[in-house]
Order: sequence, then structure tokens, then C-alpha cells
Amino acid sequence: MKYETVVGLEVHTELKTKSKIFCGCTTEFGGEQNTHVCPVCLGLPGVLPVLNERVVEYAIRVGLALNCEILPFSKFDRKNYFYPDLPKDWQTSQYDLPICLNGYLDIHVNGETKRIRINRIHMEEDAGKLVHDGNTISTSNSSNVDYNRTGVPLLEIVSEPDIRSGEEAKAYLEKLKTILKYLDVSDCRMEEGSLRCDANISIRLMGETKLGTKTEIKNMNSFSGVQKGIEYEALRQAELLEDGEAVVQETRTWDDSKGMTLSMRKKEQENDYRYFPEPDLMPIITSTEKVEAIRATLPELADAKVKRFVENYGLTLTEADILTSLRETADYLDSAVKAGAEPKSVSNWMLGDMSKMVNEANITFDQAPIKPEQLAGMIALIDKGTISGKIAKHVITKMWETGKNAEVVVEEEGLVQITDEGAIEVIVIKIIDANPKSVEDYKSGKGKAIGFLVGQIMKETKGRANPGVVNQLLVKHLQNK
Amino acid sequence: MVRLTIHDLHKKLINKEISAQELTTAIIKHKEKVEPEIGSYLSDDHEQALITAALVDEKIARGEKIAPLAGIAGAIKDNICIKGKSATCASKMLENYISPYDATVIKKLKDNDFISLGKLNMDEFAMGGSTETSAFKKTKNPWDVERVPGGSSGGSAAAVASGTAVWTLGSDTGGSIRQPASFCGVVGLKPTYGLVSRYGLIAFASSLDQIGPITNDVTDAALVLNAISGHDSNDSTSIPGKRPDYIKALVADVKGLNVGIPKEFFSKGLHPDVKLAMDKAIKTYEELGANIVEVSLPNVVHGISSYYIIAPAEASSNLARYDGVSYGLRIPADNLVEMTTKTRTAGFGDEVKRRILLGTYVLSSGYYDAYYLKAMKVRSLIKQEFDAAFEKVDFMLTPTAPNAAYKLGEKINDPLAMYMEDMCTIPVNLAGLPGISIPAGFDSNGMPIGLQLLGPALGESMILRAAYTFEQAHPEYSKVAKFGEVNI
Repeated sequence: MKYETVVGLEVHTELKTKSKIFCGCTTEFGGEQNTHVCPVCLGLPGVLPVLNERVVEYAIRVGLALNCEILPFSKFDRKNYFYPDLPKDWQTSQYDLPICLNGYLDIHVNGETKRIRINRIHMEEDAGKLVHDGNTISTSNSSNVDYNRTGVPLLEIVSEPDIRSGEEAKAYLEKLKTILKYLDVSDCRMEEGSLRCDANISIRLMGETKLGTKTEIKNMNSFSGVQKGIEYEALRQAELLEDGEAVVQETRTWDDSKGMTLSMRKKEQENDYRYFPEPDLMPIITSTEKVEAIRATLPELADAKVKRFVENYGLTLTEADILTSLRETADYLDSAVKAGAEPKSVSNWMLGDMSKMVNEANITFDQAPIKPEQLAGMIALIDKGTISGKIAKHVITKMWETGKNAEVVVEEEGLVQITDEGAIEVIVIKIIDANPKSVEDYKSGKGKAIGFLVGQIMKETKGRANPGVVNQLLVKHLQNK
Repeated sequence: MVRLTIHDLHKKLINKEISAQELTTAIIKHKEKVEPEIGSYLSDDHEQALITAALVDEKIARGEKIAPLAGIAGAIKDNICIKGKSATCASKMLENYISPYDATVIKKLKDNDFISLGKLNMDEFAMGGSTETSAFKKTKNPWDVERVPGGSSGGSAAAVASGTAVWTLGSDTGGSIRQPASFCGVVGLKPTYGLVSRYGLIAFASSLDQIGPITNDVTDAALVLNAISGHDSNDSTSIPGKRPDYIKALVADVKGLNVGIPKEFFSKGLHPDVKLAMDKAIKTYEELGANIVEVSLPNVVHGISSYYIIAPAEASSNLARYDGVSYGLRIPADNLVEMTTKTRTAGFGDEVKRRILLGTYVLSSGYYDAYYLKAMKVRSLIKQEFDAAFEKVDFMLTPTAPNAAYKLGEKINDPLAMYMEDMCTIPVNLAGLPGISIPAGFDSNGMPIGLQLLGPALGESMILRAAYTFEQAHPEYSKVAKFGEVNI
């Protein structure tokens, strides 16, 4: 590959505090237009902001989870520009003293672990929403402003340009989402706008250390959109350079339906935001005691869980990644193991039959009708030999439907496995005698014939015969024929 | 004729010598006579005033205790929000704006059964020193209607001096309470920054603005300050903790106190009549037993230049919201940029535009460090100098303004000359300290001269005491202007 893709991502996430960052209005999504508002978030003449301390707490939680430095002295600044969705025509944000600096997160791509550094995390307020009467801004005659979203707290997380592909970008976003959900600070729904991502992308010759001219890509509204957008743009830039042209520094929008980035109408000049410290708010002073107190409330994060699942439970990295992608899933596994089940077995059942049912029901593992202890109970029955693995697949479905314990289901449906060799032998002989052709086929080398015979035996025993015993006895008697 | 005061009228009310309705009606009658000449008010609220007066009378009849301010007609500067009433800031931009909420000070006053006769004229968005930049009318100085009342709280000061309100609220960013009080021969107090809530004060410069009383005497200033000060959880810059009872500060005794005379406030820019009045005032304090201490605040000479960078910078941001989108004036146009441009061109007067341009410039990329950042550093130095000086003195004495009121039209076309008028008051806002202006005599034209007393942060009790003492020693300075003669 001639060119290297260099990507930095800017992610905005809405924090799910109960109220907005500077007033007591609700942050609830949706709601009738202009009903989640008050004089403060409407920016009426004479109003003043009051900081929601929970926002700072959440920001510090995220900073700690992303291995950042928490600044002991931080402040808000005004970012001044005119736009109708911004009631005061400035956004209260953070400029040179953001709450967190210099962190990182690790992603797993192609079996390798890669560290993506985080430049900064800062707090800011969201703007309102413009509702155009046409489909897009350019086909509309007028727009209305819905201020419900004004003042919803946002965290802006800026990575260093350490990302090298669309795939890595997607992995970064997925990891970030996992962490934010683990911390329970955001819903991270790109479709609802509670997670937004812009990419800064440039390319350079392999081995080159200087950065190329970058473009900013906006409007990527899904993780796969981000990946595709980056891949397209990298290619586009490469083609420009191959043609002897230069990359123009500009903002481009990702058009998902066309699968390409398009130049946004170039702004006449770069916005000069005239940042200055917000005089209506006090600086944010964070003591080490406060940081440690918050650190103590952090849950075990995904990375630590993955490590533990691999080292202590013997799961593969892939298995661990999937099982830790949601905190609820990881907690479920831990609970089942605590109830006595073998981690690998739990993992298999969770990744297999249970995932299918969980996904179909569109819930998370904590909401599953089978409790972790019940899964452990079922696995115990398999280990004891009471039921076979195959029977268990039926049992687990029944457990899901009824919420009953495995023992109860097995009891009620008479599914206890037959392990008695004598009993099985009778049936083996019976089936062999009843199917001379299959015996012939087996003797003449057709291996499939034994499968048929096993099937018949299983049918006769309603699936309850211990497959191992069946096979052993069948082979023994066939050899004697 | 003596001045109407809250404390006298309160006694009369509770002694049933006069009813609140009678009092209010008498002042309204006087107001109707005087206002066509003076023009302090932008809007009237007589109906509500009489309703509240009636309620106060009922309370008195029931033998209930009433607050000192209850039933005594005041008025409010038009940049302070009263729910359901207009708040124009004397600007076309907000000509038809009605506030849907009460400022915190108004809530507190309502708890005191206060009466407002209306909203008062001011320089547009509080930017000015003569009330001449008001988009609607010029207010006249009740001592000489050809002269300015001062600004930006010109309406507030003129109303008190002309008897159309017993007390008023003004706002002070660079002197806008003290200077008009001085020009109109009344008392004006700017509290320590953060003492009084700014919630509901339409912002000019966030780190400098404060609301304060303009009254006929020092006792009334203390009474109003008691009513409006206090920590407010809606204002993040509000100082926490309880406020003292400012009436307790009113002791006529300065024996043994150290009075600082900061020499930089007595430069050659002072009119000789003002210099004379100051010398006499210093003599008074000396005779009353205070120690006169010369102090120096060298960086104070940079006060005006740093103020005229910081205040416009904050103003350029605070006034950005007036964009024609959701409230205030809107001039329709074919696109967004045109609409906002036309609206702001039509809605703002020249002085407001001047300061927005200045403020935008000093914050812009490439200039921020040289101007805004530098000015903020100078500001810190000024504050440090004041703090150090207050280790040695209990309060300071300066003129409020370099001269008495000048003629209408005299300085309006010379912005820099106008800005220089603030030389004595601006440093106090930069340092966030309290300052009070009290009458200290008259110039050769018979125009009032004001004396400014400054205190350390939260030093209101000290300056009230020093002011009260001086006032008691010079009752002749509290004479009533002709326009202010009210028949109760």
C-alpha cells in the first residue's frame, strides 16, 4: 500500500443526566417542541447559567475510564458564533482548560491490540434543533427552532490521529460506546443523535511522518457509515494525489445513499470563535480526593473484564470481547460462574442459544427470563449426565418460555437421559435387526449408515439415550454382524 | 422642604398619619406634573402600584407588621426584569419585549410589598454616562433641565431627585449608579460584585454589572440594600452566606478610622469646584476624628483603557442574542444573514454598535492576547493594589466624577471625552469593590457634586457608616431640588 490513512475522531455524546447542564429542564429525548425549556436555556435577556454538578461527575468518570489526567483547575469558555439554533449566539464550552487530557483506549483489530490516544475530553452544551419545512435546508422556505435540546450536556471526546483505517475507527467507536454504556453516562444511540462522530482524515506516503492536508467529514450517522466514509475519503484523496492534484482542506459531508463524501459549500472564512472565559460561571476545581472518590465508584470496565475472562475463565479474546461488550452480558456470565457453572460452558450457551433468544426479544441479558443461576443449573444437569447436550437445547427453550428451572422441565417432560447400558443395548439390537440394509451399507463402507441407525435409536428413545453409550454399543454390535 | 425618605414615610404609614394609597396617589400626581419636563420614565405602572398600596393599607389595618419599603413608591431601571412588564433597556431592539420572569431582586422586593411606579430611562443597554444614548428620550437633570442627569441610570437618579419616586434601582458597570447619583445630588450605592443577584439584570458586562439603590439619603440606601441583597442560587457569581443588617452600620462615628486618599483619583482632570469640595470633605473627616492617609494605586491610571476593552468584549457576546430570531426586534429579509444584519443595524444605536465592534475586535484571533488578556491582567493588578491599600485604610475617599453635570449634547459626539468621565468610578468595578456616592456640595453653577467612598470587598457596612457620618455632618448638602418638592 502506497499511502497510509491517518484519522482522528471527534465524538460528541449526550450525557444522560436528569436535567440540562445549566438549568433544571429535563434532558428527555423527544417531547412536544419547546416544552422542555425555561428562560435560562432559551437565553432570554437577563438569565444566568448554573452548572449541573452531575455533568462534571460524569465527565470525570469518562476521563478516568479513558485513562485521562483530570485537571484540578478547569473552566468554561464562550464559543461565539451566530446561528438560530443557538439562543445566546454563543455555546458555553471549554477551550484551553478542558476537564480531561491525555488518555487512551485500546482496540482489538485482527487479533491485535492497538492503543488509540485521546487528546482531550471537554463539557459543552448542545444547541437546539432546526426543523425545516422542506426536506433539507436548501429546499425549504422557512425553518422553525425547537429548543428542547438546547442545554443538554455534551461531552466532546477528541482522539489523536492514531487511527489508520475505517475498520479501526469502527472498533474505536464500538469500544467507546461500550465504555460509555458501562459507566451508564450515555445511551450512545447514533440514530437518536446521542452519539455523533466527525472524522478528520488525511493520507501520506508510507513511512512519512508529516501529516498530509486533512478534510473533515461530517454526517456519518452510523458506525458502518463512519467506516465507509473514511474508506471512501482515503481513496478519494489517494486518487487526487495520484492525479498530481492537492487535497483541499475543507469540510465534506458523507452521503450514505450515494456512498461518497461531498464538498459542503465552502464557508467564506474560517469561523473565529473569539473564545474567552465564561464570566457567569465559576472555574471547576477538582481535588484529588474528589477524583479518587469518583474512581471508587467506577465499575470494573470492559478491558479488565476481558483480561479476567481470558486469564481466569480461559475464554478466547474474541469470546471475551463479545461477552463484555455490554456490562449486562458480562455480569450475567459472572453470576452464572458464581453459581457454580464452568465458564466455558456458560460462554458457549450464552454465545449460542441464549444470544439468539436475547436478540430476537430485543433485550439485554439482565432482562432474560432465564436467570444466570438457572443456566448454571441446566449446565449442571448436562455435566451430571442427566440430559444430553442435544436435549438441553430443547430444555433451554422451554426454560425461556416458562421461566422454570431445568430440573422442573426435565421432570415434567420426562427427559432424563437413559444411560443404562442394558436398556440401550436392547434397543440397539432391535434397530439393527430391523434395518438389515443399513447394516449392509455400513459393512460395505458407507459411514453415513451409522448415522441413520443412531437416528433410529434416538427416535425410539425419544432422544433420551446417551449418545456416547449408543455409539459404543452400536459399533460393538455392528462389528459382530 | 425636606426630602421624602423611606424611613420617614414608613413611620408615617405605621402611625397611620397617611395611607399607602394616599401617599402613592400624591406621588403619582406630582409625577404627572413633573415628568413632561424631566422624562425619567419609559413606562408607567400606576394601576398595579395602587393595587399594591391598597393591599399594604389592608395589612396595616389588620395590625400586621409591614416591611420598611412596603407601600412606598419606587421605580426600577428598565434593564431589570419584572414579570409581565416591559424591559426595553432603552433600545429599539427590545422596544416591545415583555419579560416572562422576575429578576431575583424583584422577587425579593415583591416579598417586601414594594411599589414600582414604572420603568426608568437609561443609556441604551447601560452603555453611556449621560442617558443621551437612550433610543426613546433624553432625561433632564432636575437641578438644571439643560444638563444631563448622568448615566447610564439617569432615569433612576433623576426620578429620586425630582420626587417622582422615593427610591429607585439602578445598575452600575463602570459608574452607572454612582455618577448619576452624583450629578443629581442623591445617594447611589454599587455593592461588592456578587452581593446582589444579577439574575434578571439584562447583561451588559457580566464581570462588572451590579444592581444597587439610588435614594435620597444613606439610611434609605441601607434599607433598600437589606431588601435586595442576598445569595442567589440562580446566579453562579453570587457570594454565598448571609448578609449583615445594613441598618446597624448607620452610626455617625468615624473616630480613629483611617481614610485613604488615593492620589491617582485627584489628577489634573478634576474641575476646580470638585477639587474644592473634596478638600472640604477631607477636612470634615479630619474634624470628625478620622486619620487621613495618602495612598497610591498606580495602575488605576490604566483603569479606563482596560475597562473599555473588557466591558465591550463581554458586551459583544452578551448582546449577540439580539439576532431577530426568537424575541425582540426582527426586520424580515430573504435570508438569515440579511435578517440578523438588518435587525441589528436598526435595533442598536451608535454607542452600542461602537462597543460591540470594539468588543468583537479585541476578542478576535490575533488580538486577544494583546488586548483582552492584557486588560484582564491589568485588572488583576488594580485589584491587588486596592486589596493592599485596604490593609492600611478602612475606606477611601475620592470624587465620584471629575466635574458636575454638563450640558445636554456637550459630550455625546466625543465618546472618548465621555469615557474619561468614568475615571473615578471604573476602577471600583474592575476591582469588584463597593462604592457609594453621596452629596458633597454644589459647583459654581449650583450643580451637585458627589463624594465617593470606597470599601474593601463586603465592606458595605464600613462605607455606609462613613457616608452616614458625613451626611449627618452636612445636612445642607441634602437640599431638595425645585422639581423635587412634593406635597404629601
